[in-house]
Amino acid sequence: MSAPTVPAGQRPGRTGGPPPSASAPRAAWRMRLSRFDVKFTPYLLIAPFFLLFGVFGLFPLLYNIVVSFRNWQLDEPESNGWTGFDNYRYMLEDTEMWNALYNTFGLFVISTVPQLILALVLAALLNQKLRFQTFFRMGVLLPYITPIAASTLVFGAVFAREIGLANSLLQQVGSTPVDFKADVWSSWLAIVTMVNWRWTGYWAIIFLAAMQSIPKDLYEAATVDGAGSIAQFRRITVPLLRPAILFAVVVSTIGGLQLFAEPLLFDDKTQDANGGSAHQFQTIGLYIYKTAWKTLDLGQAAAMSVGLFLFIVLITSINAWFTNRIGGRR
Amino acid sequence: MSTVATPSPPKTDVGGQAAPSRRRRWGGSPSEQPAGVLTYIALVVTILLSAFPLYWMFIVGSSTDEELGKVPPSVVPSDHLIDNFRDVFAQENAYFISSMWNSLVVSVIVTVSVLFFCSLAGFAFAKLKFRGRDALMVLLIATMTIPNQLGQVALYIIMGKLNWIQQLPSVIVPGLVTAFGVFYMRQFIIEAIPDELVEAARVDGASTFRIYWSIVMPTLRPAAGVLGLLTFASTWNDFQWPFIVLFGSENITVQVSLSTLASGQIIIFSRMMAGAVLATIPLLVVFFLAGKQIVAGIMEGAVKS
Repeated sequence: MSAPTVPAGQRPGRTGGPPPSASAPRAAWRMRLSRFDVKFTPYLLIAPFFLLFGVFGLFPLLYNIVVSFRNWQLDEPESNGWTGFDNYRYMLEDTEMWNALYNTFGLFVISTVPQLILALVLAALLNQKLRFQTFFRMGVLLPYITPIAASTLVFGAVFAREIGLANSLLQQVGSTPVDFKADVWSSWLAIVTMVNWRWTGYWAIIFLAAMQSIPKDLYEAATVDGAGSIAQFRRITVPLLRPAILFAVVVSTIGGLQLFAEPLLFDDKTQDANGGSAHQFQTIGLYIYKTAWKTLDLGQAAAMSVGLFLFIVLITSINAWFTNRIGGRR
Repeated sequence: MSTVATPSPPKTDVGGQAAPSRRRRWGGSPSEQPAGVLTYIALVVTILLSAFPLYWMFIVGSSTDEELGKVPPSVVPSDHLIDNFRDVFAQENAYFISSMWNSLVVSVIVTVSVLFFCSLAGFAFAKLKFRGRDALMVLLIATMTIPNQLGQVALYIIMGKLNWIQQLPSVIVPGLVTAFGVFYMRQFIIEAIPDELVEAARVDGASTFRIYWSIVMPTLRPAAGVLGLLTFASTWNDFQWPFIVLFGSENITVQVSLSTLASGQIIIFSRMMAGAVLATIPLLVVFFLAGKQIVAGIMEGAVKS
């Protein structure tokens, strides 16, 4: 093909050797060009990512802080201006915000803890010599690839008051129907079901991948020492899975505290973004949305985003520290 | 060009199966022990729970709301699926058909772009030497942990300045290159292409881009398949940002359109679920065709990170 042809015997040890037939200035030009290529093209190749991340990832996060110190109304731009800490002061006095914080944290705890424990168990089940191995792995991952809007709406139909499947079954066993959206406990139960349905299988697959990278001779040695399979799981698998567990805890903390689609779409009046008739399942993510795009108060919503950011950093650090300690105890 | 013939890519299978001829020993690692009946029962129950909401989506989507209230509930599909599809298409403000098209356009553009730019950057990080390479790679990985949603208020303002509110570029452009994609491609290229090959091509006077085009590109197929599928799926499924920036216009993606089916004075569950079926089917097709590769890809990404 049309590759630059260098005779086989003449392959030089150093780069950039000019072809023998080329004239001197042309060779010098080519060498300069090739040196330029070696030096700068790499930056050109990685530039798109850093550029895009800078403009649409990092800059919004920083600019968000600026917006949080301003009055920024989408519907009355003329009243915009600096307001100091007013947005933050309002946030701290806002009972709806504290309620949302309570819901966010509560939903996060009661979903993530069982979710990761279940995922560990499921991964251990999958980490055996299985027939239909691919089928089981795919099946476990099915919820993860289902669109979140679609699956949330299905659960909304299952937990619907009059014609939902859950209530049909409850009536079947003689219980009175439950208005799942009306109470704190029942709405949380429904939302936690949605979240865990989606994520348990995903984390099981991640844990499974980590389990399979554990050296096999560790188990052999443990077997020789007389450790049973439960003991092996506790003493070998779980401690060696520490990096994967830490990763899962960090990622699901960051994600779980931003819960948005489920409480939005579970509500009867999606458009109001209230998180239930009495805000019983309103999360901070949802409240930020409502403040920015229903109340049209971007400054206030930006301050709430900064607040949620700090809260996420705090909880993630605590969880990471805690996970490290659990894994460290042998 | 025979010196740079396509090297066979490394096996991407991470199944971790022991060699078939390996002598079985008493004990050994869990992955070598045959699973018992209880394991199979537990896994089958798990699979049923995983699949049930999708099945139920289909049941409700093929019924009428009158049929749904029955006690005991019907567990077999009824015959109104096509009628319900028609209702979905006819629903005002949902723009369902054009929203499907929009989702397709957005997902295809994002996927193609991610494959191209991420493989270029992944190649640079894997095989080229430049100052600050390792630091930049660490920085890139660190960006994956940033909760981007928290910048959405400011991002919305930026999109306003670009005149992209309720326009598709607002959901396309931010996704054109991803940190995960670069990272994934880098891991693949490190293993798939020997350093000597790149050096030899350099000696032969090939430019960086030519090396990418003639040596790297042809080996990318397995990695590109997995990354492409994952990118397509996550773009198709994306809800929150499209909902914020596109809602209220004709230019919505199918997930946003679903949310309009779920709101309003009266919610018709069967119609809503018929829409959900339509919004899910393309992904199910992808998943059944290439689920094995997707699982392998996710597992690989997990081990390496």
